[in-house]
Amino acid sequence: MTANNTLPSGQTRIDTLEMSGITKRFPGVLANDSVDFDVKAGEVHALLGENGAGKSTLMKVLYGMYHPDEGQILLNGQPITLNSPTDAINLGIGMIHQHFMLVETLTVSENVALGLPSTRGPLTDLKRVSERILELADFYGLKIDPDAYVWQLSVGQQQRVEIIKALYRGAALLILDEPTAVLTPQEVDELFVIMRQMTEDGHGLIFISHKLHEVIEICQRVTVLRDGRMIGTRSIAATTKSDLASWMVGREVSMTRDLVPMKPGEPRLVFEEIACNSDRGTPALRGLNLEVHSGEILGLAGVSGNGQRELAEVATGLRPATRGRIILEGREITHLSPGVITDLMLSYIPEERMRDGMIRDFTVAENLILREFQKMPYSKNGFLRLKTIDSHSEGLVHAFRVKTPSIETPVKSLSGGNIQKVVLARELSRKPRAIIAAQPTRGLDIGATEYVHAQLLEQRAAGTAILLISEDLDEILAMSDRIAVIFEGQIMGIVKRGEATPEQLGLLMAGVKEESEIA
Amino acid sequence: MISELFTATVLIGILASGIRLATPYLYAAIGETFGQRSGVLNLGVEGQMLLGAFAAFYVSLMTGNLWLGILAAAFVGALMGLGMAYVTVNLQAEQGISGIGFYLFGLGLSDLLFQKLMGSVQTVKGFPKLVIPGLTNIPVLGEIFFNHNILVYGAYLLVPLAWFVLNKTTLGLKIRSVGENPEAADSLGISVAGVRYFTIILGGTLSGIAGASLSTALLNVFQQNMTSGLGFIAVALVYFGGWRPWGVLGGALLFSLINSLQLWIQVLNIPIPSDIAIMMPYILTILVLVLTVSRVRAPSALTKPFTRSE
Repeated sequence: MTANNTLPSGQTRIDTLEMSGITKRFPGVLANDSVDFDVKAGEVHALLGENGAGKSTLMKVLYGMYHPDEGQILLNGQPITLNSPTDAINLGIGMIHQHFMLVETLTVSENVALGLPSTRGPLTDLKRVSERILELADFYGLKIDPDAYVWQLSVGQQQRVEIIKALYRGAALLILDEPTAVLTPQEVDELFVIMRQMTEDGHGLIFISHKLHEVIEICQRVTVLRDGRMIGTRSIAATTKSDLASWMVGREVSMTRDLVPMKPGEPRLVFEEIACNSDRGTPALRGLNLEVHSGEILGLAGVSGNGQRELAEVATGLRPATRGRIILEGREITHLSPGVITDLMLSYIPEERMRDGMIRDFTVAENLILREFQKMPYSKNGFLRLKTIDSHSEGLVHAFRVKTPSIETPVKSLSGGNIQKVVLARELSRKPRAIIAAQPTRGLDIGATEYVHAQLLEQRAAGTAILLISEDLDEILAMSDRIAVIFEGQIMGIVKRGEATPEQLGLLMAGVKEESEIA
Repeated sequence: MISELFTATVLIGILASGIRLATPYLYAAIGETFGQRSGVLNLGVEGQMLLGAFAAFYVSLMTGNLWLGILAAAFVGALMGLGMAYVTVNLQAEQGISGIGFYLFGLGLSDLLFQKLMGSVQTVKGFPKLVIPGLTNIPVLGEIFFNHNILVYGAYLLVPLAWFVLNKTTLGLKIRSVGENPEAADSLGISVAGVRYFTIILGGTLSGIAGASLSTALLNVFQQNMTSGLGFIAVALVYFGGWRPWGVLGGALLFSLINSLQLWIQVLNIPIPSDIAIMMPYILTILVLVLTVSRVRAPSALTKPFTRSE
């Protein structure tokens, strides 16, 4: 830490920031119940909790987006009032949102300059902004090209733009909202290097994450929230991963998944030299080969945008293949319609569950029969058989433990975890022969994730072939019998369970091939 | 007969009137460009133009002052823009439908006012040709480019001005960011509503002036529904121009030159059925839009109302 109280960016350090007794109510919900939280200069303080635990609310209070009903915020011991993000920014509080707040069609320097007064009055002063960006980038060891367009940058680089943007605005204290969710392991390492540099220089950082090993690696202290209440603050040195997990969830949690050894069955879902185009008409899959066996979970790892989405869509008939064959149980399904493929018992858990998996405004019951409403027993002669549908839905809601006021509730008012349970209930209850599960636990908390994984493992035990597409390496490593890595529309390599390390997968994900390590 | 088209006088005439006819398209489409770059599709341009055309004409007729007429048209257009902004920004109404509502409102009201206040078609002495010393006298080129009234020149000056504002000023940066990612703009303290109000009102003002250019600078009359679809074509030109002022200029010129050509075909009695001739610019619009679709990406937030998510 620097001796004086000035940061490399020229801003004054925030030595301490304390939130005490913060209470925030929404109609019918107590989002924060008298929460205490504090950050010091030079530390990374983790804020840990399940979805809906109140982390976002607390941080939005700190960033001036919400006004707390009770409690106060002290900056260097002085009480402050935050009425808008602008107030927070002016006091040196910055936030890196989980979904980047960048305008893709603008350059890096335009994004940084946006909303700031210009030295040239009404004209933009992008040259000066670029110079300052390079200066800051130099101080903090961030590599960035101010003239690049944001759409040209990788996710990791875009995150650096967000950090620069906050530093440029004089952030002394930075809130990082799930910053690693979208990064490759290598990018996470790079981010941690930057974070360590920033704390050494006297910044205070708040790190929000679900990933316990990251919290342990980068943070000095951790505060856990559950159901809007503060459970406690501890020093990382005095805690372990499983402590944190059970503390967060409120019960014992198993961190590993036990895969009952299965004898792999016949290849059930086979891709042969499959090629297809992306929405923009550019090649997305370039001759991809893959075999998913019955009773196996094949994990497909890769950085977002390397053809995962297209692969799922080609297999389910939603996107035409330009070349190659897809075979389900010996039968070619390459050019069949989605309806016919459904009838052949291929189930699909789509990545965008609200867009592709559900009709938001339909009820739980209606969403549960979306695949088969035209068939017996759900309809006859064009009429829906409502009683059958209701009893079927009641049964599924019970079996899959969907928390919903009733089967007549529109799915859009359910929580993310319960929406996914509705999808699972529909897709898994039909006893599929093969399943494509795309990002099945994205955005879900530990409890819901456990549930989804248990359901998939049950399917595996029943002999179903499962293609698990995920950008979460921990999930891939925990759940897969074999791991395939996709890069630019091709399989870079396949590694067996137990033989894979995150580092090796990370290299494959970045397109680096090491012949010796491919099974 | 067709050979008559290819005499020097006629060719100069086609080009000169083509340049002149682009005037209302330019005002309206440049205004619409600002709105769309900030994420608002205003389909009410035609209605704004009609009311602008009437206001300019009537005020000029009553006061004898053409500039007062322009002012009135700008004011009426701005008021229409204010209404559109309230409906789309505050009430978050569907933009296409609201725009059609504003079009019908402008169409009906301009006709009603015309019937009540004037009753019959009259003419005004419109803006005179503005001679630019040294330029108007150049043979051929002078006749084509520098033999017009001040509103025509103004329309062409608007193009580089709009380009400059959009690309070189902090205001332009705000407009573009609001049209692409309003959440990001909002997170940086930019008022999304404020920017959209500004662009929609600016668009309305320019549409009003576009109407005024018809009734007091090009045709010098007011008739009911005298714009006959011109405002909708202006909206199409924004797409055609890829949301860029220079692209809009290209589209407006192409369109008005074809229009000018068909007018001359009629004047010269060339044996092409006049219905076909009149259709030419419209068929061209459809063709051009079909051929250029997806060439440039529209602003991502176009037609999407903005609400701060919780």
